[in-house]
This record gives sequence, C-alpha cells and structure tokens, in this order.
Amino acid sequence: MTALLQVEDLTVEFPTEDGVLPAVRGVSYEVGRGESVGIVGESGSGKSVTSLAVMGLLPRNARVSGSVRLLGEELLGRTDAELSKIRGRTVAMIFQDPLTSLNPVHTVGAQIAEAVLAHRDVPRQVAMRRATELLEIVGIPFPALRAKNYPHELSGGMRQRIVIAIAMANDPELIIADEPTTALDVTVQAQVLEALEAARRETGASLVLITHDLGVIAGHTDRVNVMYAGKLVETGTVDGIFYRPRMPYTLGLLSSLPRIDESGRQRLTPITGSPPSLLTLPAGCPFVPRCPRAESICSTTEPPLLPAGPGHFAACHFHDSVTSFPAPETPASVAPRPSDPILSVRGLVKHFPVRSRGVLRRRIGDVHAVCDVSFDILTHETLGLVGESGCGKTTTGRVLLNLEPATAGSVHFQRRDLVPLSRARMRPLRKDLQIVFQDPYASLDPRMTVNEIIAEPLRIHGRYGSDGRAQVRSLLKTVGLDVEHGNRYAHEFSGGQRQRIGIARALALRPRVLVLDEPVSALDVSIQAGVVNLLEDLQDELGLSYLFISHDLSVVRHIADRVAVMYLGRIVETAPVDELFLRAAHPYTQALISAIPVPDPHKERARERIILTGDVPSPVAPPSGCRFRTRCPKFPTLTDKEQRLCISDVPALVDHGEGHRTACHYAEALTLI
Amino acid sequence: MSEAVRERSQAELVLRRFLRHRAAVTSLVTLLVVTLFAFAGPLLWRYDYADITDDLSQSPSLRHPFGTDLIGHDTFAQVMRGTQQSVKIALAIALIGTVFGALWGAIAGLYRGKLDFLMMRLVDVILTLPSIAVAAAVAAQGVGRSQWWAIAFVLGALTWPYVSRVVRGVVLSLREQEFIESARALGAGNARIILRHLLPNALGTIIVTATLTIATGILGEAALSFLGVGVQAPDTSLGLLVSINKDAVNTRPWLFYFPGLFIILIALTINFIGDGLRDAFDPKQTRVRR
Repeated sequence: MTALLQVEDLTVEFPTEDGVLPAVRGVSYEVGRGESVGIVGESGSGKSVTSLAVMGLLPRNARVSGSVRLLGEELLGRTDAELSKIRGRTVAMIFQDPLTSLNPVHTVGAQIAEAVLAHRDVPRQVAMRRATELLEIVGIPFPALRAKNYPHELSGGMRQRIVIAIAMANDPELIIADEPTTALDVTVQAQVLEALEAARRETGASLVLITHDLGVIAGHTDRVNVMYAGKLVETGTVDGIFYRPRMPYTLGLLSSLPRIDESGRQRLTPITGSPPSLLTLPAGCPFVPRCPRAESICSTTEPPLLPAGPGHFAACHFHDSVTSFPAPETPASVAPRPSDPILSVRGLVKHFPVRSRGVLRRRIGDVHAVCDVSFDILTHETLGLVGESGCGKTTTGRVLLNLEPATAGSVHFQRRDLVPLSRARMRPLRKDLQIVFQDPYASLDPRMTVNEIIAEPLRIHGRYGSDGRAQVRSLLKTVGLDVEHGNRYAHEFSGGQRQRIGIARALALRPRVLVLDEPVSALDVSIQAGVVNLLEDLQDELGLSYLFISHDLSVVRHIADRVAVMYLGRIVETAPVDELFLRAAHPYTQALISAIPVPDPHKERARERIILTGDVPSPVAPPSGCRFRTRCPKFPTLTDKEQRLCISDVPALVDHGEGHRTACHYAEALTLI
Repeated sequence: MSEAVRERSQAELVLRRFLRHRAAVTSLVTLLVVTLFAFAGPLLWRYDYADITDDLSQSPSLRHPFGTDLIGHDTFAQVMRGTQQSVKIALAIALIGTVFGALWGAIAGLYRGKLDFLMMRLVDVILTLPSIAVAAAVAAQGVGRSQWWAIAFVLGALTWPYVSRVVRGVVLSLREQEFIESARALGAGNARIILRHLLPNALGTIIVTATLTIATGILGEAALSFLGVGVQAPDTSLGLLVSINKDAVNTRPWLFYFPGLFIILIALTINFIGDGLRDAFDPKQTRVRR
C-alpha cells in the first residue's frame, strides 16, 4: 500500500533580522490511508509549521525544501492556483481558532455550501441540503435552523464543529487538525473530538492531529510523531510511544504530566531548563542542556532517527538503554495534616450589573457570577476550585480577597469579616492573603526590574528596611531563580521563570493564604511540572494554605487535598480529592472527569464517556432550580415528577459522609477512571 | 555572554540605550551647546543685548557675527539673550503643563466615574478657550509685568489639558491590566499605583507629548511677544526678534534668519531627544543585548 501523504526531508527556514530561523529541520514522515497520526511538541517545536508547509500556506518569505507527496504527486513548488484545487478537496485543514477561520458576514450554512460549491458543480439547493446533513453529522442540534445562524451567534464549540463540517464537505482524503480543541473547555473538547471522529467515520479520511495534549493523542491516533526543536525526535505506534518511549525528551514529557488517574502526592518530574532558541542551536543534540543522560558524544553529533523497535524510531544515541527519566527524590512529607479553618466563606454572592446602551445606561439585569458559595479553607491545605470558563471560579477568588466588592455573604479570616472592610482597612490584612495570577506576562509591571517587583510588597507594608535587599535575594533563591538576574526586566524571562517571580512577590510578606488563579495553565507541560513542585515544597516549608483555581482537573488531582466543583456560579460538589475523583456523585463532576483525556492509550480507549450536550447557559438568565438541568445527562432519564423537583428547587449541598457533599436531588456515585 | 550575567543598574541600562540613539545624542550635544551659548555667552561677549552701538544696519562681520539692526543693536548679543528667555519659558511651560497634566489625566483615568466626568469636562472647557487670546488678556492685566515666568505660567496653565487628555487615554487601558490588579492585591494605594505603575508605564507617551509641548511653548511665547504682551523691549526673546524683523527679510535677512534658525534648532533637537528618551525608557527595547 502506498502512503497517502509522504513528507521527506522537509526543511522550512524563515529569514529574520537576527539571521535565518530554521523552524523545521529535515522532517520525514508518512500518513497511510485511513490512518490517524498525532504530532506532539511544545510551543516552538515546529509542529504547526510542518503542516502549514504541507498545505502550502506558509508566508511568502519562508524557504521550503524537501518533498511533500500527496497520492504520489509532488506538492512543493506548485502554484497557489494549483494547490487551491487540492485544498479543501483532497486535504482539509482545521485551525485552532474557529472564530477567525469562519467568515463573520455569511451564515454558517452558506459557508458550508460554499465549500461544497468550490469543488463541485451542483445546484445551490443541493449544496445547502448537504450543509444541513453535515451539521447533523457533527452533532449540531436543529441543523436546519442553525444553518441560518451567523458565526458570532454560536458558541466556540459549535463553531469548531462547523469548521469540521466544512472540512468534510468534499470527502477529503486527509484532514489536518492543528490544535483543534486547545481554546475550548474540556466538556466542549469532548464534543468536538466526537465530531472529528464522526467526520472520519463518514469520509474515511486520514487524520493528522497536531496538539500538545498527550491525552488527546492517546485517545485519537494510531501513530505518534514527537517533535523537538524543529526535528522529529521519536516516532512510533501510539502504544510504543506511551508504553516504551526511547527518547529522553518523550520520557520527560510523559513523566512531567500530572495524571488524573493517579492519586497521591508523588512528585512530578520536570524537564529542567527551557527549549533552545532555534537561532542559536548547539552543534549536537538540541536536547543536551536538558537531558539527564547526555554524554560527550551528544554535544558533538546530532543523532539521526535510529530504529528502536518495530516501526519505532528514536533520535538518541542511547535509545537502547534509556528507559526512564530519573525522578527527583520525594521528600518525606511530614506535613501536619489539615486542622481548623483559616478562611471561611459563607453565602458569597457576586452580581455584575448589565446596563442598557445609550446615555441612561439603566440597569437591565445582572450577571450571576457567583451565587451563594460557601466553603472553608483549612490551615496547610490546598482546596482545588474547578470548573469551566465562566463558571465564576476566578471571580470567587477575587471577591475572597476583596479585590471586587461582594454583593452579599461573608468571608471570615481570623474572626474578622473581610467583606465590609474598606480598602484602607483591608491593607494590613493583605500581607496574610496573597494571590498569584494566571498570566505571568500581564501580571508583572513591565517598567520594573525583578528586584523592584519583589521588593514592592515589602515597601508597601513598610518592611523594606536595611535588610530589604537581602530579603529579595533570598526570595529569588527560594523560588529557584538566579539572584544575579534581579536587575533584569520581567520580559527577559521565560513563562515559567516569570511565574516564579509572581510567586516570589506573593511570598514576600509571608502570607498564610495564597489564592492561585490558574498558575500553571499558561505554561508548557515540561515547565508546568517544575512550578507545581515548587508550590508543593513551599506549602510544606511555610505551612501555607492554597486556594488552587484551575480548569485542569489533572493538576488539581495532583496538588489538591480537597476539591470544590463549580458550575454557573454555584458549587455543585465538594469532597476530599480521591473521594471526588473515584466516587463523583454529581452528574456534572462525572461528565467533567470523564471528559479529561488520560495520557494512556489503553485506558483512554476503554473509558466510559459521558458527553454533555449543548453549552453553558448564559449567567444573565440561569435556569431555574438546578442550574445544570439543561445539560444534565441524568435529567432526561427521570420521570416527569422527578424532573419537576429539578426545575423548581435548587438542590442543597447534602453531606454523604467524610466531607463529600453533593448538590443534586438524585446524586449517585460513579467510578470513571 | 559573560556580560549578560553581570548585574546592571537601571540607570546604566537607560543611559546605554539612549547613547545608541544617534540622532538623540547629536541633538543633546547641540542643545547643550545652544544653552551654553545662551547662558554663558553673554558673560564673554563684548556687547550687551541692550547696548546701542555706532554700527547701524551692518551685515554679519567679525565684529558683529550676526550683524546689527537699524539702531545699532548687536544681533549676536540679542539672539543670545532671546534664546535664553525662550529656552527658560519653553522649559517652564513644558514642566508645568506635563507634570500637572499627567497627574490630572492619571487621576481621572484611574478613578473613573463621576470624578473623571467632572475633571474631563473642566478640561473640555479650557480646551475651548482661544488660548492666545486668554494669555494676551491675562498678560495685558500686567500680571508679573511680563516677566518670563508669568508668561510661562499662563501658557502652562493653558497647555496641561492637552497632556491630561492623552495621559488619561493611556491610563484607561493600563488600569485594566493585570499588574495593576496585582499591585492592589499587594495592598498598594492609589497614590502608589499612579506614581509607581501608571505614570512610568505611560512615560513614552508623556515624553513625546512633553516635547511637543516645548515646541508649542516656543511658538506660544513668540506669538505673545508678537502681540506685544509677551517679553517687552528693551528685553528680548527669539519670538520678539523674529516678529520685529519679519519685514526686514529681504533687506537685512540676517536680522530675521538668525533668530529663526535658533527657534528651529531648539524645537528640532528637543523632538529628537524626546524620541531617544522614549526608546531608552522602554524596557522592551532589546537592541542593547546584541
């Protein structure tokens, strides 16, 4: 059988002001008919550029060499007009951002029909009918109605499914999906991946799936290519890569990943350092500076892909002896376990007014961001607060610290209610309550050096005395940064280092409670592990209490002691971490857990999945009674009488013992991992 | 690479970046020379600006490098004196206008709401005033008897609304950024947020506006002097010299062109210096690293 797509020795270079940037350095791979190939790598590894080169979509100044053959025909060097006949017909592409890849001035139905008409000579009505069919295949409810919508009227998940429908409009032989679900929430990601699978079943197309998410790769591909610094460093079957990796980078990636299916506080294995700059690549293997196995030959000769098993190749001189990435020793945790509450939140409510347009700006409604939320944070404990975007978890964190005034409710810290405190009265308490923000690029003042940034809290609270400089230096050391770099500006650091600066600043006043608002979600996995480890060490050393806000359940399972799950402003379930992940009782928690892809091909394929339908309703007009009922997989199975209760009564958090509390009238524990 | 490890102070970095900006450095040197000429020159030169010599309407010579006018004033001495007055006035206008305007704009932008509304409406009102007419009216009341600082004060009071509008616009976008919120979370008060976070981050805009203000200041002084309510004879300024001698462009061009040249020189060099400062204070400039 000849391969559908053959890429040979593909090289892409971009001339820049600083010299030639080799984005892809001699990549060869094949995609067979009906096969699904995954390409993984961190940002800047060249995985997207590779596929753009295949489609001929690179900017004009790119220098491309090598060979790309589709069904035996060479694609490189063709004119744009010739490639247009192939694009969309034989090869279709799905991009990360569905909003920018759809045209805002046409209805989605018309755009799908357009794709059909571009390659086929059929009447417009036939094309429109085909569009409706396609919408149905990708799982969009009321397809005939939705076809008349414009892209902005649809949610992100729906838009991405429409992009998939456009991609399959002409029965392509190959679909290239570039991070198709990265911008989406997990439950929506599950819907979109389902749609992608449906598209493949329908068209029999091969798939190239580019992503940084190893869980998605494990569940949806047959073979995997791992890229690093513009090269393929390992390629093999999905089982081979996940169970018998032979390249230290792949090993590192897999062991740096927090797993939703593993409990306990085993330390993650970070890959030290950060990816090399492609402008100044060293002579040998580009992974040498971060590789624990590196020997002298590694820094002189770059290894080619060497056979490391049937259909398995690894670019490592020691591929036959590398089997594990040395894990850091786990310090015996003698942490005293949680005891009394340090922070008590009761009935917290936050509404944002929605105002009319025009001069009057009358208040015409409220965004119910946080609704009657209550929880405790215990001393020396990590409470994980999870939920999808827009569920109110970030707002909760900010109201908690009095950065936003609460509409109602109380937050007690040291027997004082923080809610009614003025900004001036709040100030002395700020040293005990600190926050680390999600975006390490935006949360550091670009005009300040790192020393100034870390010294600022000390200065504000009048603690920057004669030993101020020494304090800043020791904080830098604590978070693992070079003391000598204190005079640099934040933008000179990488994402992981910046987040460490943010942590050092938050620690400067020796706080007792730290709100961590998605502290690692902007970081690459190999960097993320180091920051997570740091947070765990600091907690043990300083006895901190964390409120860990995140949408990533895998990280939360790893770091949290207890977890609270939020949906549309309300806490729907709270329990100790293992209890929650093993015996989730609320249908939403169950759906959330089952939607997280596990980076283990066998487990991932065998798992039971609960796919939620629809999208999160608007928080301006939340559903009556149980807010989850409109998407609840259990709701349709109930009798009319039972359903009436869901519609009329807000379910209270009911304790099932051992601190496991669920807000569902018909809660039932399920094991999903 | 070894250099990258060495700790460098912020001032050193800013200086190094500024020195890379050739036009700015050249301009700075030129402006220093001009300032020196204006302030130290009169001490050395054989004529005072008020002296009346016997040489009437002479073209430039060794004795009178810039020539003389109809009644025998040495233009060289007059240009020195005029430059002195103009530089003083322009810098004072820029200082008053920029400092007050930047603070006003930053406060309005940070507080928003009613305070912002009131502050900005006041700005609107001042902006609708024909500034030269107001300045002329105030000066005609004999406030400070047309001293240079009185002129500077009046013009500065009419210039700050421009600066405050621009700064408010920048602050409105800055205040939404996460590092402002993180400063609040650390317990920083509004004064600290304005002085340590908002104004430093708006510095590029402020510097550019300030340089424009200086140029406007020089022209404003010239206009007032031209109307006869600015600097009064026998004292002189560049604006006054240009306006007195504008009719002599064809007959005794040196009387017009030398002061005119100095006006252009000052305005131009200050603009280039502003460019250089803006780049030097922007930490995202990476050129120094290479």
